[in-house]
Amino acid sequence: MKLTLKIWRQKNAADKGGFVTYVAEHVSKDMSFLEMLDVLNDQLTEKGEDPVHFDHDCREGICGMCSLYINGKPHGPLQTTTCQLHMRSFSDGETITIEPWRAKAFPVVKDLVVNRSAFDRIIQAGGYVSVNTGGVPDANEIPIPKTVADLAMDAAQCIGCGACVAACKNASAMLFTSAKVSQLALLPQGQVERKTRAEKMVAQMDAEGFGACTNTGACEAECPKGISITNIARMNREYFSAVVSSENM
Amino acid sequence: MTWVTKTLNSTLGRKLIMALTGLFLILFLTGHVSGNLLLFKGDGGQAFNMYAKFMTTNPAVKLLSYLTYISVIGHIIYSILLTRHNASARPVSYSTSKGGTNSSWNSRNMGILGTIILIFLVVHLQGFWAEMHWGEVPTISYDGENYKNLYLIVSEAFKQEWLVALYVAAMIFLGFHLSHGFSSAFQTLGLSHKKYSPAIEWIGRIYCVIVPATFASMPLYIYFSSL
Repeated sequence: MKLTLKIWRQKNAADKGGFVTYVAEHVSKDMSFLEMLDVLNDQLTEKGEDPVHFDHDCREGICGMCSLYINGKPHGPLQTTTCQLHMRSFSDGETITIEPWRAKAFPVVKDLVVNRSAFDRIIQAGGYVSVNTGGVPDANEIPIPKTVADLAMDAAQCIGCGACVAACKNASAMLFTSAKVSQLALLPQGQVERKTRAEKMVAQMDAEGFGACTNTGACEAECPKGISITNIARMNREYFSAVVSSENM
Repeated sequence: MTWVTKTLNSTLGRKLIMALTGLFLILFLTGHVSGNLLLFKGDGGQAFNMYAKFMTTNPAVKLLSYLTYISVIGHIIYSILLTRHNASARPVSYSTSKGGTNSSWNSRNMGILGTIILIFLVVHLQGFWAEMHWGEVPTISYDGENYKNLYLIVSEAFKQEWLVALYVAAMIFLGFHLSHGFSSAFQTLGLSHKKYSPAIEWIGRIYCVIVPATFASMPLYIYFSSL
């Protein structure tokens, strides 16, 4: 395959940045998207040019580190992570536009790398259980219905990649935050800090400068882990019931 | 800041106001369309004029109308606040974005649809509501009691093709606005449940067609029966 790549290059956070066009030749359709970029970077390095910076880690679709807004969609044309996207999803001669996630709360570090520590700070605001939950309990010692445990596990599948923010027309982080609120609100261990958690995580989400939700459903459609927007409705319930009943002024 | 103002200034609080005012306006539309069905009665407007007098003089209706004004203004103000906030959340936009592959056009353009509806609302209120309240409306007498003949104003107005076209077009935009707004309001309130959400979405899909279509049929009926 021969491809034309329109890639966003930006030296640092202060740089204005712009697109640079590269031609990638002899691309195998069995390569992953990141491997295709690896080959491009090898060629750039050999020519003495600065390679294209992009985030990646596990390359198994479980860490959430890879990003990239490919041809107008987060993680490209499939509902998966970029590392699990293969070049067979593209056709020979195609022009592929690659941009970083665009959000005020995700500033560009360099090229396609954005700083997603805003997500870490939302977790730090309340996405944890600080009470002592003891060692590994015996089976069925903590009573929790299977259906509820499943909902919590569904929410816990979020890998924090930020595709929801990237896909949202408002750069809203509600799908991420709601998954993190839900996974603990549904479980007995999460009850102690339930109200404070909802209040603090929503406040931090707002402080980071993410947008509000318009319920377009774009986040759910693009989430590589299939996190449902029913979590957003749950977060809204959690938040509204917390603010009217908690002891926090 | 107290906890109340803090909550109402949060993104979720602002969304809550959008949802509550939106739902109240949906209730208003339901009442408005039901009452206006009297235009079809074919009694020369007697029932409609008596209804119009009741709606402008009854104290309970007055209270509801103030709530409607507050809802309209609140819905507009908070939509501006949210739109500005949302625009600031993405200072650099994408060069290519395929929103159409993951969401509906109307869900992404509620602000545009709302603005068009607002422009229509100004024309609509100026033509009928302001006329009824402060205009020189001829009176008509039924059983010795005088009524403002709003039916005459309405039936004369809808003899103009451009106004009929404007009303029909505005109702199409209203339908698109409601097709997202109806179920979206429930989602914002957190009212999402696998037992009830399918019903809410189903009712929303019917509502966004039936109500605007019924509204649009009124100027069309008056126009074609005047020919």
